[in-house]
Amino acid sequence: MIAELGHFALVMALGLAIAQGSLPFLGAARHDLALMRLGSTAAVGQLACVTLALAALTNAYVTSDFSLLNVYENSHSAKPLLYKISGVWGNHEGSLVLWVWILALFGAAVALFGRNLPLPFKARTLAVQGLIGTGFLLFMLFTSNPFERLVPAPLDGTGLNPILQDPGLAFHPPMLYLGYVGLSVTFSFAMAALIEGRVDASWARWVRPWTLVAWVALTLGIALGSWWAYYELGWGGWWFWDPVENASFMPWLAATALLHSAIVVEKRDTLKSWTILLAILAFSLSLLGTFLVRSGVLTSVHAFAVDPSRGVFILALLVIAIGGSLAMFALRAPAMQPGGHFAPVSREGGLLLNNLLLATATATVLLGTLYPLALEVVGGAKISVGPPFFNATFVPLMLPLLLAVPIGATLAWKRGNLMGAFRRLRLAVAAALATMALYLVLVSPQSLGAALGFGLAVWLIGGSVTDLAARVGLLELAPGRTWQRLKGLPASAFAVTIAHAGLGVLIVGITASSTLQEERLLAMRPGETTTIGRYEVRFAGVDERQGPNYSALRATFETTSGGLPVATLHSEKRFFPVEGQPTTEAGIHTNLWRDLYFVLGDRTPDGAWAVRLYINPFVIWIWGGVGIMALGGLVSLLDRRLRVGAPTTAAARRGGRPDLPDPVGA
Amino acid sequence: MRRLLFVVPALVFVAIAGFLAIGLTRDPSTLPSALLDRPAPDFALPPLPGRDDAGFARADLGGGPMLVNFFASWCVPCRIEHPIINRLAEAGVTVHGINYKDKPEDALAWLAELGDPFARVGRDQDGRVGIDWGVYGVPETYVIDADGTIVHKHVGPLQPRDLERTILPLLESLKR
Repeated sequence: MIAELGHFALVMALGLAIAQGSLPFLGAARHDLALMRLGSTAAVGQLACVTLALAALTNAYVTSDFSLLNVYENSHSAKPLLYKISGVWGNHEGSLVLWVWILALFGAAVALFGRNLPLPFKARTLAVQGLIGTGFLLFMLFTSNPFERLVPAPLDGTGLNPILQDPGLAFHPPMLYLGYVGLSVTFSFAMAALIEGRVDASWARWVRPWTLVAWVALTLGIALGSWWAYYELGWGGWWFWDPVENASFMPWLAATALLHSAIVVEKRDTLKSWTILLAILAFSLSLLGTFLVRSGVLTSVHAFAVDPSRGVFILALLVIAIGGSLAMFALRAPAMQPGGHFAPVSREGGLLLNNLLLATATATVLLGTLYPLALEVVGGAKISVGPPFFNATFVPLMLPLLLAVPIGATLAWKRGNLMGAFRRLRLAVAAALATMALYLVLVSPQSLGAALGFGLAVWLIGGSVTDLAARVGLLELAPGRTWQRLKGLPASAFAVTIAHAGLGVLIVGITASSTLQEERLLAMRPGETTTIGRYEVRFAGVDERQGPNYSALRATFETTSGGLPVATLHSEKRFFPVEGQPTTEAGIHTNLWRDLYFVLGDRTPDGAWAVRLYINPFVIWIWGGVGIMALGGLVSLLDRRLRVGAPTTAAARRGGRPDLPDPVGA
Repeated sequence: MRRLLFVVPALVFVAIAGFLAIGLTRDPSTLPSALLDRPAPDFALPPLPGRDDAGFARADLGGGPMLVNFFASWCVPCRIEHPIINRLAEAGVTVHGINYKDKPEDALAWLAELGDPFARVGRDQDGRVGIDWGVYGVPETYVIDADGTIVHKHVGPLQPRDLERTILPLLESLKR
């Protein structure tokens, strides 16, 4: 009964989405206030309906109602509660419900928090949001009904892929979707702006908080996924350039570019059509990611079950949404006023360089992801594009970008002074060069790549900090004045420092873990001792253990360094009888400088065990750095000017209403 | 002229959508019909140094149903499917391995860690044999009958349900 209620709620939500996707357009064109306001009501109603549906499905999972096909296929009564709940979105149908719920959440948020938006603009934004909702609700109701019944109800379910039964992966999809779907808001803002034919500083301010929320969520979602891959796949790697990873990385790159280019629109009133294009692309890449994961065109570890009819439906959605928005862009964007003149050495010049490099990087990842498919279609040789391609193309694009980050952030608007910027950053330059020199002399004269990586990291962290120090006049002015200036700085200034420094921390982690990893593979008998790095590792033996829904072989490693105990690590091989699948759990001991990462392999015929021991230096810095970047995004959300909303122009203060222009096409 | 520039994104998307549409019509987990039910292509691959076989060649195929598994140590899905290959080998199925675009020492370390289920392993370092077989991306698993004919191809990691629904019944029917 509850399930039927959930199904009915989805149908109701579809009705509301159709209303939200059409009537406010009409209202905005006719200046009909009631029709325009209907968008907000429909958005809130849609949220209520989809919440009901999500609750109904969650209820079915928690109570193990195997009369639902979806629950039967993806759950089991013996599963821990957390994984019963995360099982809701651990499958195609359920994850769509979550997707649509987050979409409705954002729609309602725009309706409730977008008070400072001009009514016609808000109505059009919500209407575009409603159209997206319509598409996805139709998709769900026609091809992927989560509430399909199974008669007679089986006694128990078939379980959830054990590799997905993990806390990291329980929260990875909601976070990622928050990012993907958050970009739908910027997309809707961009479409509304195209319809009205107007993009200005206020538009950039309205879009900014939504882009930031989406960007932060996407950043954290990707980090969670990569962290999961690191500790769950038992390989010591954390990024594989897998098509599904790329699918989440491309929107992130585009959103990062968008965050930066929107600043130029706001401050300099230029780069407008480019920013609109980025807003469209960021969401389009999210949709493309969804398509790649669901349709089965590309094979991947993470991909859900393949169903061609779904693929056709998503492709149609894709063509309407992306094709339609890009066609609209081609028609309306050229009419937008191009901005003023643009000095190459200036803050906006730096941001443009950032955008060019990030956009090229996005294109590179897209090419690498789709190339095997494209080649197959034109009948060429079949190939697989792996990490070598991405390392050879993506990394060289990132080097100039990272080099330019501190300089660009230091340059003034309109007319910057390159020498002045370097003078301001001289300490950071010195620290970076010293790091490289010390590394080459003291650690290893051969590894130029590692030295370069660490130098860049110091440059990024040092550059961000010295720029902030220079702004507040640290060591140059009296401490009291410095404090005054510090208090006077907008939150966004701290956000830039934090986010760019976090990028530096991330680069430390990437460089160290990819160049300094130590690895030993050997066969050990219980009681034997070996060494790796400066650690002695004693293999105490293997015992059996019962988990809630699996049985495990657990190896114990006692690690000491110079005779002092460091840690006892447990590495497991788990077997899940319901799903008939094994998983490996690496034993991991983390501190700030390194991870000990031990994996238990198979038993050899003569009674020894294959074990793989890794020391992954600085690996926690990767997720720490990403976390700091996300924190930078959150701090930026606190900025006062995002809450004040639209800047008032002189005309507005005189009593004119520049925020309510005559809509084009009205 | 400037207007044309604004049409470029839409045109690029049309091209991508076209590829995706054609891609949809092909199921990547089945072999293109050109190679299915044909004799396996000719090849002779060197062994992984230190492994006690003489490599793997066309002549090793036939004489009974068997599997040929393309794997690589850099491939994450291979790692996920490997326990299943081990189980197959333990159940008495002959599985040969082709190590695809890999460093021999990495491949040996990988097999030592995860178990070595393979009767023979050939080293396809430049991926040429993979091209002849039509490898789309590792892992891929081919079912070969007693005459050395390719009867089935599975793309992506083998899951337990693939064994039960497809591979094991197929091997059973080939034995008769």
